[in-house]
Amino acid sequence: MDAIVLQILNGLDKGSAYALIALGLTLIFGTLGVVNFAHGALFMLGSFCAVTLQRIFTLSYIVVDETKKDFLGNPLQVKVPYIEGWFGPEMGQSIINWSVPLAILFAIPVMIVVGYVMERGLIKHFYKRPHADQILVTFGLAIVLQEVIKYFFGANPIPTPAPSAFAGSYDFGALLGFAEGSIIYPYWRLVYFVFSLAIISAVFAFLQFTTFGMVVRAGMADRETVGLLGINIDKRFTIMFAIAACVAGTAGVMYAPINAPNYHMGMDFLVLSFVVVVVGGMGSLPGAVFAGFLLGILESFASMSQVIDFLPGINQIIIYLVAIIILLTRPRGLMGRKGVMEE
Amino acid sequence: MFGLGKKDMALFWLVTVLALLAPFLLNPFPEGSELAQFNAGYPDLMQRFVIFGIFAIGFNILFGLTGYLSFGHAAFLGVGSYAAMWMMKLMTMNVIPGIFLSVIVAGLFAVFVGFISLRRTGIYFSILTLAFAQMSYSLAYSVLTPLTGGETGLQPKMADPRILDGALAPGATPQANLFGIDMGASYQMEVGKWLFTFNAGYYLAAILMLVSFYISIRIFRSPFGMMLRAVKSNKHRMNYTGLNTRPYTLAAFVISAMYAGLAGGLMVAMDTQVGPERMFWTASGEVVLMTILGGAGTLIGPVLGAGLIKYMENIISKINDNILHGWFAFMPDGLEDAIVFLIHPFIGKGWHLTLGIVFMLVVVFLPGGLVEGGQRIAALFKRKKKAGGAEPNAKPNQPAE
Repeated sequence: MDAIVLQILNGLDKGSAYALIALGLTLIFGTLGVVNFAHGALFMLGSFCAVTLQRIFTLSYIVVDETKKDFLGNPLQVKVPYIEGWFGPEMGQSIINWSVPLAILFAIPVMIVVGYVMERGLIKHFYKRPHADQILVTFGLAIVLQEVIKYFFGANPIPTPAPSAFAGSYDFGALLGFAEGSIIYPYWRLVYFVFSLAIISAVFAFLQFTTFGMVVRAGMADRETVGLLGINIDKRFTIMFAIAACVAGTAGVMYAPINAPNYHMGMDFLVLSFVVVVVGGMGSLPGAVFAGFLLGILESFASMSQVIDFLPGINQIIIYLVAIIILLTRPRGLMGRKGVMEE
Repeated sequence: MFGLGKKDMALFWLVTVLALLAPFLLNPFPEGSELAQFNAGYPDLMQRFVIFGIFAIGFNILFGLTGYLSFGHAAFLGVGSYAAMWMMKLMTMNVIPGIFLSVIVAGLFAVFVGFISLRRTGIYFSILTLAFAQMSYSLAYSVLTPLTGGETGLQPKMADPRILDGALAPGATPQANLFGIDMGASYQMEVGKWLFTFNAGYYLAAILMLVSFYISIRIFRSPFGMMLRAVKSNKHRMNYTGLNTRPYTLAAFVISAMYAGLAGGLMVAMDTQVGPERMFWTASGEVVLMTILGGAGTLIGPVLGAGLIKYMENIISKINDNILHGWFAFMPDGLEDAIVFLIHPFIGKGWHLTLGIVFMLVVVFLPGGLVEGGQRIAALFKRKKKAGGAEPNAKPNQPAE
C-alpha cells in the first residue's frame, strides 16, 4: 500500500510538467489551430530564465579581505555578489537563495515577449498552410532556439538549486500511518505539484470567468462567427499564445531544481507532451491536464521493480504503448472534441 | 530507354554521371591548397552522401507522394542496421546477404508499424510513428541489450561464428567485403596536385543508390504513384469512388521503410558498427529536413537535400576562427575581428544553428525546397530571354507533386 502511494506521489511531479506543457500546446492548438513543435523549447527557455537570474544575482566583485590569508600568505580575495553589497550580506544571501521562485517574476515578461514575437513574426504566416508545414517550421525554430541557448550556456546541465528552505524531504509515511521512512518525498516536488495546480486552475478560471476568456472560448468554437460580430479575435489569440508560452516558461522555471537545465531538455519533454496531448484529445484542455497526470503516474508505476521484473523494459515504453492503444481504440483521445483535427 | 520518359532519362543519366564521377567532382581543389578543406571527395563523406540519399529518396516516396509525414523513419534504418550486423556476425562478412536481410527485416517491421499507424492520418500518424520509433529506441537501449548490445552497440568480433566464412587468418580482423573486395579498399590517383580517391564501398553504395533512384522514378510515373498522389490530394474522394486507400498507403509505407533498411544495411557495410542512437527521433527529424530542404515530392530533391545537409555538417563544422581570420585578412583589423565575431556562432559547433535557420527560411519562403528555388531562377532567366514577348511565366512550374 505504501509503495502505491509512493508511486502516485512520484508520478505527480513529472505528471505536473507534462500537464503544464500539454496545456500550453492545447491552448495554442485550440485557438490558433497551429501544431507548435517549438513548445518544448519554450519550456527550456523558462528553465534558462532561472539560470540567468541566478547568474545575474551572483555577479560578483572581488574584495580583498586583509584579516584572512590564503595558503601563500597573501591577503585573501573574496568574491562578493553585488547584491550582497547593496542589500547587506543576509538579505543578499536570501535573495540568491530564492532565485528560482523569483525567476518566475523574471520569466513571465520574458516569455510574454518571446511568445508575442514568435506569434506575430512567424506563426501568423502559417495559419493557412498545411499542418505539416507548421510542424516543420516550428521544428526548425526549436532547433534554432536550442542552439542559441547552447551557444550562450554550453552543452552541460547547469545545476540550479531550490531555496534551502525546501531542500529536505517530507516523510509522508508517518503522516499517513505507514512505517516511518517508507514514503519520503522531496519538498520541492510537492511545491512543484501545488504550483502546477495553481497555474492550471488560474488558466481555467481565466477562460471560464472573465469576459476575455469567454470571447476566446467562443473563438475556439467558431472563429468566423466571432470575427463577424466585430471582435478582433486574432489579437486575442495572439495574447493566448503569449499566455501559453508563459505557462510553459514558468513550468520550466520551477522544474529547474528537479532537472538541471540543459539545452535539449525541451525536445525530450516535447515528444512526450505531444503524446500526452494526443492521449488527452486534441483541443481538449481538461483532457490534456488529465492525461498529463495519468501518464506521469503510469510511468512511475511502470518503473516499480516488481513491475519491471514481470515485464522488463515496460518503464521505457509505457507512455508510447498507452498512446498507441488509446489512438486505436478511442481515435479522438480520452476527452477529444468532435470535429477537431479530423480532415 | 528502361521505360523512362525522355526527361526522366536525362535526369537519371545526370545523376548517374554525377554519382560515378563524384570522386573527381567533389575534389575540385588541389591537395594542400587553402581551399582543400572544402573538398568533399573523401570516401567517408561520399558514402554518407549516397546512403542518406537513399534514405531520403525512400522517405520521399511516402511523404512526397502520399503526404503522410512519418516522424519515426529512423527506426527502420536502425532495424536494418541491426539485421545486417547480425548477418555479419553469424553468417558471413560478405555484405550482400546482410543488405538483403536488412531490407527484408525493415520491410516486415514496417508492415507491422504501418498496419497500425496508417489507421490515422495527419498529426496522429506523425505521433504514432514517432511513438513506435521511440519505443524501438528505448527497447534497443535497455531490454533488448542481448540483441542490440545496448549502449555500446554491436561490432563484429573475432569470436563470432560466421558459419559461411572460413577461419580468419591469425591476427586478421573481420572486414566487410564484397566477394573478397574489402569495402574500405581505396585506389588513389594523383593528377598533378590533385589527389582522387576511389573507394570500393562508395561505388557499391552509389550503384545501389542509382538502382533505388531508378525504382523511385518508376514508382513516381506508375499508376501506383498516381494513386498515391490522389490519396494526398483527397483521401475521402478516393473512398467515395469505392477505392480502399489503405493497401496503397501501406505499400508506400513499406517501400519507403525498405529504402531506409537498405540505407541502414549499407551503413553497416561501410562502417561495421551500430548503436541505438541511430534510431533516436532526431535521426528521423534529419531525414525530414533533407527531404523538405531538397524539395518534397520531386525526384531529385531528396538527393540534393541529403547531399547539402551532409556537406554542411562536415564542412561547416570544420571551419574555425583561424580559417575565418585567414579569409578576411585583407580587411582592416577592427572590421576583420567584427566580422569573425559575427560569423563565429554559425560555424564549427554551431552548424546546427545554421541548419535550423536555413531550414526555417526554406520552409517559409521556398516550400518546394531547393528544386523550387532552381525552377524560379530558371523561370527568371527565361523571362529575360523572351524580353516581355509572350505571357511571362510568372508562376514557376509546380514541382511534380
